[in-house]
Amino acid sequence: MITYRTRALLMISGTAVLVALVFAWLGAAYGVRMLVEASCFALIALGLTIQWGYAGLFNVGVMGFIATAAFVSMLVSYPVNGLFWNSAGPAMLGRVGLYLVIGVALTFAASQTHLLGLPKKYRTLVTLIVGAATYLAVTSALDPAASLIEAEARFVGGFGMPVWLGWLLGGIAAGGLGWAMGRITLGLRADYMAIATLGISEIVKAFLKNADWLTKGTLTVSPLPWPVPTPTELGFVMSRASYLAVTATLIVVFYVLLERAWASPWGRMMRAIRDNELSAAAMGKDVNRRRLEMMVLGNFIIGIGGAALVTFSTIFDPASFQPLNHTFLIWVMVILGGAGNNLGTILGALLVYIVWIMSEPAALFLFDHGATLANQLFGWEAPADLATRALQMRVFVIGLVITLVLRFAPQGLLPEKVVKYE
Amino acid sequence: MGETGILAALPMNEFVFFINKGLLAGLIIGSVYALGAVGVTLIAGILRFSHFPHGDMMTAGAFFALILTAIFPTAGALIGLPTPFVLMPIAMAITALFAIGIDRVFYKPLRTANVKPIVIVMASIGVMLMMQGLIRLFGGTEARQMEAGSKDIYKIPFGGRDIILTEPQLLLILFTAAVVVALHFFLTRSRMGKAMRAMADNADLARISGISTDHVVRTTWVIAGSLAAAAGTLLALDVSLKPDLSFNALLPIFAAAIVGGIGKPFGAIAGGLLVGFTETLAVFNWSVLLRPLQPFMPEWLELPQKLAFVPTEYKIVIPFFILIAVLIWRPTGIFKGSLVK
Repeated sequence: MITYRTRALLMISGTAVLVALVFAWLGAAYGVRMLVEASCFALIALGLTIQWGYAGLFNVGVMGFIATAAFVSMLVSYPVNGLFWNSAGPAMLGRVGLYLVIGVALTFAASQTHLLGLPKKYRTLVTLIVGAATYLAVTSALDPAASLIEAEARFVGGFGMPVWLGWLLGGIAAGGLGWAMGRITLGLRADYMAIATLGISEIVKAFLKNADWLTKGTLTVSPLPWPVPTPTELGFVMSRASYLAVTATLIVVFYVLLERAWASPWGRMMRAIRDNELSAAAMGKDVNRRRLEMMVLGNFIIGIGGAALVTFSTIFDPASFQPLNHTFLIWVMVILGGAGNNLGTILGALLVYIVWIMSEPAALFLFDHGATLANQLFGWEAPADLATRALQMRVFVIGLVITLVLRFAPQGLLPEKVVKYE
Repeated sequence: MGETGILAALPMNEFVFFINKGLLAGLIIGSVYALGAVGVTLIAGILRFSHFPHGDMMTAGAFFALILTAIFPTAGALIGLPTPFVLMPIAMAITALFAIGIDRVFYKPLRTANVKPIVIVMASIGVMLMMQGLIRLFGGTEARQMEAGSKDIYKIPFGGRDIILTEPQLLLILFTAAVVVALHFFLTRSRMGKAMRAMADNADLARISGISTDHVVRTTWVIAGSLAAAAGTLLALDVSLKPDLSFNALLPIFAAAIVGGIGKPFGAIAGGLLVGFTETLAVFNWSVLLRPLQPFMPEWLELPQKLAFVPTEYKIVIPFFILIAVLIWRPTGIFKGSLVK
């Protein structure tokens, strides 16, 4: 039996060896870039591990929450677009906002008309009609505003605020979206949360991709400002290293805070709820409220990690968020590393990300050579899109790893530490 | 401009346009969702987990039919129906076996280990990713045509214009209707059907009254797998076989199953049609239908070129909002399905 300490040491040294190999092979600039991306994924995985490992919440919409946070961060920190502010756009958008506020207020008022003695079925009807009218008014006011902005200013631009504020607000936006999802699905079948979060991530993606006036859509927004000096000022290695310093600090801060929280009475209550919901409820714990807390907190961390990841890539491309594949890359990090173990999750994220990045050239290399070999041996003609097909193999491997880990090593590589109270 | 012809004509034309592009289109996509949702609702009711790879099972079934068509290209000519449709029962059988095999390898060990249902959902997502990877690895990522031959088109004259229905669409509608009838007799008359309903109602009670769980589970997979294969094949025959189908169909199918009530096959069929109609009518351009009324409208009310509730690119929003609305106001679905936590 390998002890927990040996396991942890083995994982740390294994990760270190992999990182050293990448540095030696591909140079420091690439190595640091990989580490920055891996550290952002580690942050995201931390957020997910507290949702799954601490509260048993199945969040399938990680990419949607990342996209939300990245969008908010872009909006807050991107330089101000003078063209937009000088056009009629802000006034028109203001009117849309006004319509929205009035409409929501009227819809809410209509939903309360039973207090005035209106029968319930009429109340629902009136509410629906007012809601539909609001929707039509808002969309019909938004359409000309959107086309005007696209024609005159290309897109809204940003507010030119500091990047850290963007990340913070991005995290809050992701948390808020998680709150809404939790309010709707907590207390129902556990699968409903999976379906609902999957749906919301698709919708966020569809919105960001098509709202050209807000995000430039498929034209993408770049370059996103960095919180640290950019490569043109400091050179690749130094600027990326300082970015790494920022993300590593975030990881350490969140790690310490989460470990402290986990050891506190609050953490004990969370474990009690997860391990036996019924008895925790019988002890007077508000199970769904606690879960909602976890959903919001986890999404906040996911949002900050996601905003950091997209900021690092310097390009905001709504089409690049792949709801399922990337979400489940993060899931593999969490369950392979050890759900509910923060250290395991961070190490799992680093390990899995390095393997994932390296698997792209590896898959292409294997398939290319396999095709050449098959051509020489049997005269088999490889299809023209072999490269795109080869990359699909990685999706297969993610799925295989998930099913295998769930069946044979449900605890992950670094299992959760069982806290004992004497 | 093609639309000027419609604009200049009589209101009857607009009405037929509405039948073709609104009602029939909704019925067709709704039938596909319904066939998929029956499987999802049975699995969720009997095996108690949300089956995420269902869309991929549809794609896999369509691919089996495609391969069979390539092997026996002349099978259809014998009966006078499209080849993939004639070979569809074989593809359904293969997919059913495939589904049972997946259950054996991936879900059964987890069930016997007595894990939480949500872990099986996660495993099912793992299976989904695996199937997606395999389908795209072997089938490529681009759309494929199911059959090279031309499709029969039926034109029903109606008030000067034709209601247009292609042969695959007619087959799809007829097949769905046949499934509804067959499912009704199976679930209410046969021993196995009654056993399945008993399992969906109360699994423990069914087990102690001597119902063979394994047998019921196998039958569930046979029904779910074969109907998924049929839905995939018929949709591919109507439009084309796209690997993306799996993902685009997933949310509408879940919405249909939940709207209809988990564990209620007829609810799933009604839910599938509801989602299909709502989706089509929400993106339908109502301007076409309202334009004949323009002369009677006040001056200030001018009809825009396009008047749809939801732009086409936001189609995915509709099943989601149906889903959210049902979860908020009636989580058991409109037909009072089970609400297992």
